[in-house]
Amino acid sequence: MSDLLNTLPPDPIYDRREKIRAITAKTLRRRTRLSQLFVGAISTTLVIALVPLVLVLYTIVQRGGSDLTLAFVTKLPQVPTIGQQNAIGGIGNAIVGTLIVAAMAAAMAIPLSLILGLYLVEMNTRLARIFRGGVEILSGIPSILLGVFAYIFIVIPQHHFSAFAASVALALLMTPVITKAVETAIRGVPDAVTEAGLALGARRSVVARRVVLPAARPGIITGTLLALARAMGETAPLLLIIGATDSSTWDLNPFHSMSALPTLTYFYSNSSFPSQHRAAWGVALVLVVLVLILNVTSRLISARLSRRAQA
Amino acid sequence: MNQSTKSLLSRRNASDSPRAKGARGESDRFYVWTLRGFAALFSAILLEFVYSIVHQSWPAWTHEGLTLLTGTTWNPANSVYGGLPLILDTVISTLVALLFAVPVGLGTALVLNFVLPRRLQTITASMVELLAAIPSVVYGLWGLYVLVPWMSTTIQPWLGRLSGGAWPFSGDPLGAGIMLASTVLAVMILPTIVAISRDVIAALPKDLNEGALSLGASRSQVLRKVILPSAKSGILGAISLGAGRALGETVAVLMVIGGNAQMPRSLFSVGATLASTIATEYTEASPGNVAALGALAVILMVLTAAVNAFARRLVRRTGALSS
Repeated sequence: MSDLLNTLPPDPIYDRREKIRAITAKTLRRRTRLSQLFVGAISTTLVIALVPLVLVLYTIVQRGGSDLTLAFVTKLPQVPTIGQQNAIGGIGNAIVGTLIVAAMAAAMAIPLSLILGLYLVEMNTRLARIFRGGVEILSGIPSILLGVFAYIFIVIPQHHFSAFAASVALALLMTPVITKAVETAIRGVPDAVTEAGLALGARRSVVARRVVLPAARPGIITGTLLALARAMGETAPLLLIIGATDSSTWDLNPFHSMSALPTLTYFYSNSSFPSQHRAAWGVALVLVVLVLILNVTSRLISARLSRRAQA
Repeated sequence: MNQSTKSLLSRRNASDSPRAKGARGESDRFYVWTLRGFAALFSAILLEFVYSIVHQSWPAWTHEGLTLLTGTTWNPANSVYGGLPLILDTVISTLVALLFAVPVGLGTALVLNFVLPRRLQTITASMVELLAAIPSVVYGLWGLYVLVPWMSTTIQPWLGRLSGGAWPFSGDPLGAGIMLASTVLAVMILPTIVAISRDVIAALPKDLNEGALSLGASRSQVLRKVILPSAKSGILGAISLGAGRALGETVAVLMVIGGNAQMPRSLFSVGATLASTIATEYTEASPGNVAALGALAVILMVLTAAVNAFARRLVRRTGALSS
């Protein structure tokens, strides 16, 4: 029997395997060490990526935290004078201004995005695909250009800066983001749900309004909150169109210029009063808190969603 | 991807059969035309957006012509409108930002997908994405009051000594300038690069990773020789999306770049980008200057739209963007 085995020709595959095993054994240690080095290097990049987040948040809290008093967030700004260099008053009107502008932008962008999202899902035509491309390109257009557009389109005809013009620019900024979220959320609704609605004899519009959109609601809310957070912190277009960043009145007419947190931060950081430099950190802190509340809420909703989807 | 079974209208043939006509068909038609109407309205706004900016810049193009692209002096006070320094500053600050952000971003994306335990992946990814949530004016403030002193007293003198004052580290260590703008931009585009390349890598077939591991490849060999090459086009797309953001970023750059429109001499020079120049000069511009600034807006629009269209085409092919 063993004679028979010895007379067989050598197995080429077995030989090669042995050879490979010998080579790998020789290089194993080197490869392991290189691999550990590489994994160590990319792990370092993760740490590097998180450093700025920690530094920025720490600096804002450290330098702006002491400003965070009730008076600061509710009172009107006070222009420093030679005698009273440290009196800066509050930023109440800027907080309210930011909220008003964001609310007006959301009031325009949300309904529009719902309809545009439905359009993109419902229409499977070439026109719809071109339209989707247009919306995507808009989402990559720098916000300053939307500011230029609102300036030409609204500020020039009306002859003055306005919160309304700012909200139009922000609405244009939010619409592509929310539309994309609406489209993705609707596509995530199981077909069976849609079909059940249609099978009951409901019209398409009724199915869309009463079945599809409610089923897609969590995804839509997530996307909307993210877009709103982004719009609230947006500074560049406001610099062009909201006007009077140093406004110190409670004038809340949307067709007048208005104070807002991002522009106020910018204005204070450029100011010639040291007290306003310091106050810029307080304004930035309030702005970041507002934005992070929206952002984290949105993330919590989407995390709960994906957990439910897994279960 | 376009095979949407959700599309109610793809079943149009069924519901347009004679039986389905009547009151119900009328209402469906109303619904369809409402959707179409709003899509048309929004398209009109988009066209108006492009038209109004191009229209405003028209006198500058007919008057100055290619000087707007190639002239080396930007001095609107004397009606000299050479856009080249602004274009160069925009492009250079973006490229240098990519130099910082791409290695860090790709490393982070790999760690998020392959090194971290599953439980930590989502939370860590959200933390990186929080970088995108911080408003640009806050980055500007941080750059202006924290990074400018640090750059001018520590980093730039050190780089100057190290290189013997040779290009690109020549010039006075002012702190503010192209180098600082690139640093801030790198932080701001990092979340974009990480998020998209993470999605692209996650969308790769699992077999690639498992197959390579089972052949005896080490972790780093799998990542460097299998995963990264397979995700190449998507990663290029992610990088381009980041570049698109950096090209158009306005306020953060405006606050740290120095605001001086001159031809860049080194990384330490102060400068001004297309976007920052529009932001500072637009509202106070004379009619002649407005047209020239409109021309800058057109250049910026073309630049970012081209970069974004390129990026989306690459990312879409990987199937990651739909998620």
